[in-house]
Amino acid sequence: MPGRDAPGSGAGTAGRTAGPVLEARDAVKVFPGVTALDGVSFSLDQGEVHALVGENGAGKSTLIKVLTGVYRLDGGEVRYRGERAEFGSPLEAQRAGIATIYQEVNLVPQMSVARNLLLGREPRGRLGLIDFAAMRERATAVLREYGIDVDVRRPLGSLGLGVQQMVALARAIQADARVVIMDEPTSSLEPREVETLFAVIAGLKARGTAIVYVSHRLEELYRICDRVTVLRDGRAVHTGPLAGLDRLRLISLMLGRAVSEVRAEGLTKFAGHHDSAGEPVLRAEGLARRNLLRGVSLAVRPGEIVGLGGLLGSGRSETAKAIAGALPLDEGRVSVNGRAVPGGSVPAAIEAGVVLLPEDRKAEGIVPTLSVRDNIALAALPRLSRAGIVSEAEVDRVVAAFVDRLRIKAAGPHQPAGELSGGNQQKVLLARWLAMNPKVLLLDEPTRGIDVGAKAEVQALIDELAGDGLAVVLISSDLEELVEGSDRVVVLREGAVAGELHDDITEDGIMAVIAGGGHG
Amino acid sequence: MTLTETTRERAGTLFRQHGALVVLGVLVVAGTLAFDTFLTPANLTNIATASSFLAIIAIGMTFVIISGGIDLSVGSLFVLGGVLAAYGSQYGTLAALALPLAVCGLFGLVQGVIIARTGMAPFIVTLAGLLAARGLMLSLTGEGATTYLVEDETFAAIGQGSPAGIGYPVFVTVAVLAVAAVFLQRTGFGQNVYAIGGNEDAAALMGVPVSRTKIIVYLVSGLLAGLSGALNAARLSSGVTILGIGLELDVIAAVVIGGTLLTGGAGGLTGTIAGALLLGVIQNLINQAGGLTSAFQQVVSGAFLAAVVIVHRFLSRRAAP
Repeated sequence: MPGRDAPGSGAGTAGRTAGPVLEARDAVKVFPGVTALDGVSFSLDQGEVHALVGENGAGKSTLIKVLTGVYRLDGGEVRYRGERAEFGSPLEAQRAGIATIYQEVNLVPQMSVARNLLLGREPRGRLGLIDFAAMRERATAVLREYGIDVDVRRPLGSLGLGVQQMVALARAIQADARVVIMDEPTSSLEPREVETLFAVIAGLKARGTAIVYVSHRLEELYRICDRVTVLRDGRAVHTGPLAGLDRLRLISLMLGRAVSEVRAEGLTKFAGHHDSAGEPVLRAEGLARRNLLRGVSLAVRPGEIVGLGGLLGSGRSETAKAIAGALPLDEGRVSVNGRAVPGGSVPAAIEAGVVLLPEDRKAEGIVPTLSVRDNIALAALPRLSRAGIVSEAEVDRVVAAFVDRLRIKAAGPHQPAGELSGGNQQKVLLARWLAMNPKVLLLDEPTRGIDVGAKAEVQALIDELAGDGLAVVLISSDLEELVEGSDRVVVLREGAVAGELHDDITEDGIMAVIAGGGHG
Repeated sequence: MTLTETTRERAGTLFRQHGALVVLGVLVVAGTLAFDTFLTPANLTNIATASSFLAIIAIGMTFVIISGGIDLSVGSLFVLGGVLAAYGSQYGTLAALALPLAVCGLFGLVQGVIIARTGMAPFIVTLAGLLAARGLMLSLTGEGATTYLVEDETFAAIGQGSPAGIGYPVFVTVAVLAVAAVFLQRTGFGQNVYAIGGNEDAAALMGVPVSRTKIIVYLVSGLLAGLSGALNAARLSSGVTILGIGLELDVIAAVVIGGTLLTGGAGGLTGTIAGALLLGVIQNLINQAGGLTSAFQQVVSGAFLAAVVIVHRFLSRRAAP
């Protein structure tokens, strides 16, 4: 590549006059049955952080994949550094200086941290062979810059998700990238790691690197992004500076609804508190598991939504898993309506009426190749069959009822669940468990990674379900959701209950307990 | 990450990498105590030579399995290579070596291209290769009736000569191992093989040339199966047509016993060699014991394979789900 200048040389306004570094013009991408991109134009300037927002299915992922050579365009063009670019593969885009960090960590879990970090650019010694000592040294040094201190010889998969994400980030950025595309980079990071990420982004920006930042977290966008492009239904409906763009206006652009409507309905869809009188339906006492839980107790009454707060790794998910029988317990007991539930057995928990909507939809829930109908009916099949023979008509009836009630948007009951948007997949999972007639519903991050519109619908649903008398445990990293959705919030810290908020639930209150003050 | 979990993780890794070697050592000690004739230079070189044919193929198979694939065609290619080598030996040493390498290499190349370009399952593609190679071998030998004899003295010596009491096949194995180990551990190609086996999508996004790497892996496997077949023909002075049925399974067993994961992404060549030698030692000990048919070796190997997989599964299981 002749005439290639160093990434740092064109910083500031000098580079900006040269026009956009990466651009899509009237991009069209058609999949069978769907027009994912319908003439989208998008331009990215040097040294800017450009937010790309929209509901799921709006075309964000498709646009990114078109820009990085994963998909070929069906119409329009991609221009990189002023010239028409046709990347045949992600590799070509990467070589040209476009680095991408995907939402799911895309590294090789079995390989060591160092190998993952330096794959393809290992330091070479004599005869062009890989120099392992130098590799370890360099990997350690690079990661230290990101505030990560680990043994780089360990398999990547043995480390936490946050660390893996930072390794992916470090890997993408050390390739002297002109453009860095980040797809939901903070979804698995802890607050401290988010700060590190923002510092890295600021450094990149100062160097003149252009950044595309995809996130559902609006606060983040307003903190670090210069401009925003809003996609809706495969079209770019707005591009402009983020500063001065009202938050409600941004949401209304994403949703295609009027500002007044958004304002009237609030940012989350929770109606408020429920009548939750009577005896608790769920009682968990002294749940303990080595290294994970240190005696967590919890009681939930019918019709009550109890939020579980705390940082990543505080034991929120583990508590839910323990109650649902998916995590063997060293000590503690769970009872439903006063009857003890044998620990460590998912079938026993389901039998007792306790179901868990897990955090990781892909790995622990949806069977993508099965149809919407089969996904919903999966767990309930024994109940829908007589003498082992499944009644197809009965399944159809139950599925139709839930598709209708949960407003699942699918081409039909026989569409593979993997083709649905994240929000609708979540609803399918919810339907699967509701078909079991549960008494206790455990929701682990039910709205993570789904778009604003679907999020509101899921929240409204949770509300409805509690209103119908279900006992709900809600886990969320989204404080706003926790505050508005919960009747009570139990805050965990390091595997134990650190405090509880009853009447006056605020984000500040939760954070104070997490930080170790107040209600502890 | 807690202490116990790390210990377990480390124990798992250690067992995977060196378990076969440790068991090999134990068996050698046991054999020495049980049979006077076991720990003699003659017997040991015998084991080494007998194991080398399997080991050469297993080296290629290690690449394939680490890349997340499987190659079922190697048994057939081994026989085909032997027949072609014996047939080619009438035209000289070079032809005896070049013919099997060219044909078996081509088989591997074609299989690799199909797997890499169409995304078809390696299991199916190489099963087709197994049938095709065996059919080709049978058609060359008149349904197996014709056994070509090795006509070339120099070529025969490659299989039969034993400088310092150690057969040439052992030297060839060591040479192949050395080159393969350098490629697997110290080159970008080797890293790519691991990356593809670990997470193919991620590897592609990290810039690994997935197709090219896969093609090379199957090419190498085919070449080494052909080489091994040629060496065997030289040793037997003929292209025996009745060998190699089910050999691919022995090869896979050696690789897995050696600690390479069938799911891909992890493993290594020292383990594979230890695995091949282990199978050889088991065979040798059963022969020494007498009274048991050599078929019993498969029972023992099978039991051992099961034990390895179970122990590994146990050690690598996370402390918490």
